[in-house]
Amino acid sequence: MDYQPPPFFSRGPAPLVRLGFFVSLAVLLMVLDARFRYAESLRQAVALLVYPFQRTALAPVELFSATSEFFTTQVALTRENDELKAKRLLAANDLLTLQALRAENAQLRRLLDARERLPRKSTLAEILYQGRDPFSRKVVLDKGSQQGVQAGQAVIDDIGVLGQVTRAHLLLSEVTLITDKEQRTPVQVVRNGLRAILYGGGDRGTLDLSWMAANADIQADDVLVTSGIDGTYPAGLPVAKVSRIERDAAYSFAKIICVPTAGTDRNRQVLVLSREAILPPPAVESEPGASSLSKQKARQKARISPGAG
Amino acid sequence: MSFYEQSQRILSPVKAGYMALTFVVALLFNLLPWRDVIGLPDMLALVLTFWCVHEPRRMGIGVAWVLGLLMDAGNGALLGQHAFAYAVLAFAAIGLHRRILWFSLWRQAAHVLVLLLGSQLLMLAVRLAAGGVFPGYAYFAASAIAAALWPTATYVLLLPQRRRQGLDENRPI
Repeated sequence: MDYQPPPFFSRGPAPLVRLGFFVSLAVLLMVLDARFRYAESLRQAVALLVYPFQRTALAPVELFSATSEFFTTQVALTRENDELKAKRLLAANDLLTLQALRAENAQLRRLLDARERLPRKSTLAEILYQGRDPFSRKVVLDKGSQQGVQAGQAVIDDIGVLGQVTRAHLLLSEVTLITDKEQRTPVQVVRNGLRAILYGGGDRGTLDLSWMAANADIQADDVLVTSGIDGTYPAGLPVAKVSRIERDAAYSFAKIICVPTAGTDRNRQVLVLSREAILPPPAVESEPGASSLSKQKARQKARISPGAG
Repeated sequence: MSFYEQSQRILSPVKAGYMALTFVVALLFNLLPWRDVIGLPDMLALVLTFWCVHEPRRMGIGVAWVLGLLMDAGNGALLGQHAFAYAVLAFAAIGLHRRILWFSLWRQAAHVLVLLLGSQLLMLAVRLAAGGVFPGYAYFAASAIAAALWPTATYVLLLPQRRRQGLDENRPI
C-alpha cells in the first residue's frame, strides 16, 4: 500500500512542467498566426472580450475631445469658416473645369472602348488610436465587419492613401499604414507614367521606391500616385513625393526615398474604400426600352434556333 | 530606509477580487490610446510581476498566459507573443520570490528590471523571427521606467492590506 501526501500539500504539476505547457501553447499560437493565419477566429473571440476594456480606456480621451470641441471659441470658428470659404473659391475653379474634363474623359474612354471607371462604395471611419505594437505601423479604426469593413480594403484621407485594412474585427478594424515594412503599394510617377512598387520603410516613417534602374527617369519632388493595377487601390490617388535620390555607380539600382502624402497625425476622419463599385441604378422600364429588349430576345432566339434545328 | 521598514509590517491577506481589479486597471492603462510615446511602461507586466513575487501561491503561469493573450488581441500584436513573454516572466518571478523580498525596495527594483528586460528581449526575438522591424533601443526604456515605478507600485498595491495602526493598544501584533 502506497502512501500519498495529504491533498492540502498537493500543488499540482511542477512549475517547470506548467511553464513548458504554456510556452508550447504560445509558440503553437504564434506559428499558427504568423505562418498559416489559422488563429483568426480565436483572435476575433479574444478581441471581442477585450473590446469593452478598449472602449472604457478610450472614454476619458473622447470626453476630453468632446468638451474641448464644445468650448471652441467663436474666433476660431470664424477663422476656420473664412479659410474654408477661401479654399472653396480656389476649388471652384478646378471644379468647373472638372465637369468638362469628366465629360471629355468619358467620351475618350468610350472611343477607346474601355470600361468606364465606376466610383466605389466608401465608409467614413475614425482613427481610434495608433497601434501600441512597436514592431509594425498600424492604426485602429472605429468601424468593423459589422459596418461592412473587410480585410484588404484601401483607406484614404483627404490628401492621399493611408494604408490598407489588414484585419477586420466585429466592431474595430486594423489598418496597416503604407510605411509599414511589410506593406507594398503599386504606384505610378505622375510626370511620365513610369510604374513602380513602393516599399514601406518601417520605423523611419518613409517609403522606398525599390528596384528602379540607376538611370530611371525620376527626379526629386516627383509625385507618385496609385497605378490601380492591383485592384485594391483605385488609380490616381496621391501616395508619396520623392524626397531624395542616391545614384551610386556601384549598384545597378537607385536608392529613392519618398515621404508619404497622408499622415495619421493630421486627420482623425478617414475613408474606407470598398472593392465593390457602385453600379448605376437600373434603367427605368419604359415602352421603348421594353420593346427594344423584347426585340433583342427575339433576335437571340432567332440566332439560336437555326443552330438547334 | 523607513519605507522599507514600513513594508515589513504584518499585512492582512489579499482578496482575490482586489488582485483582479488591479489587473483590470493595468490592462486599461495599457489600452489607453497612446500616440507614439517612447518608453511607455507595460503596467500589466509590472503588476503581474508584483503579484507573482508577493502572492506566488495565488498566482500562476496560466493567469499570466491569459493576460498576455488579452494584450495580444487588444494591441493587434502577433497572437501569443505577450502570452509567451508573460508566462516566462511569471515563472521567473515565482521562482525568485523568496530571494527578491529579502532586499530593499530599490534592490528589488533592480531584480524586476532584469525580469522585465528578459520578457522584452523574448518578445523582440519572436517578432524579429516573424519578420518585424527593430524598433530601436528606446524600446528597452519601457522596462527601466517600469522598474523605477516598483517602489511606488509596492506602496500603492499593498495599501488595502495594511492594518490600521493604533486600533488596540493591547493587541500583540
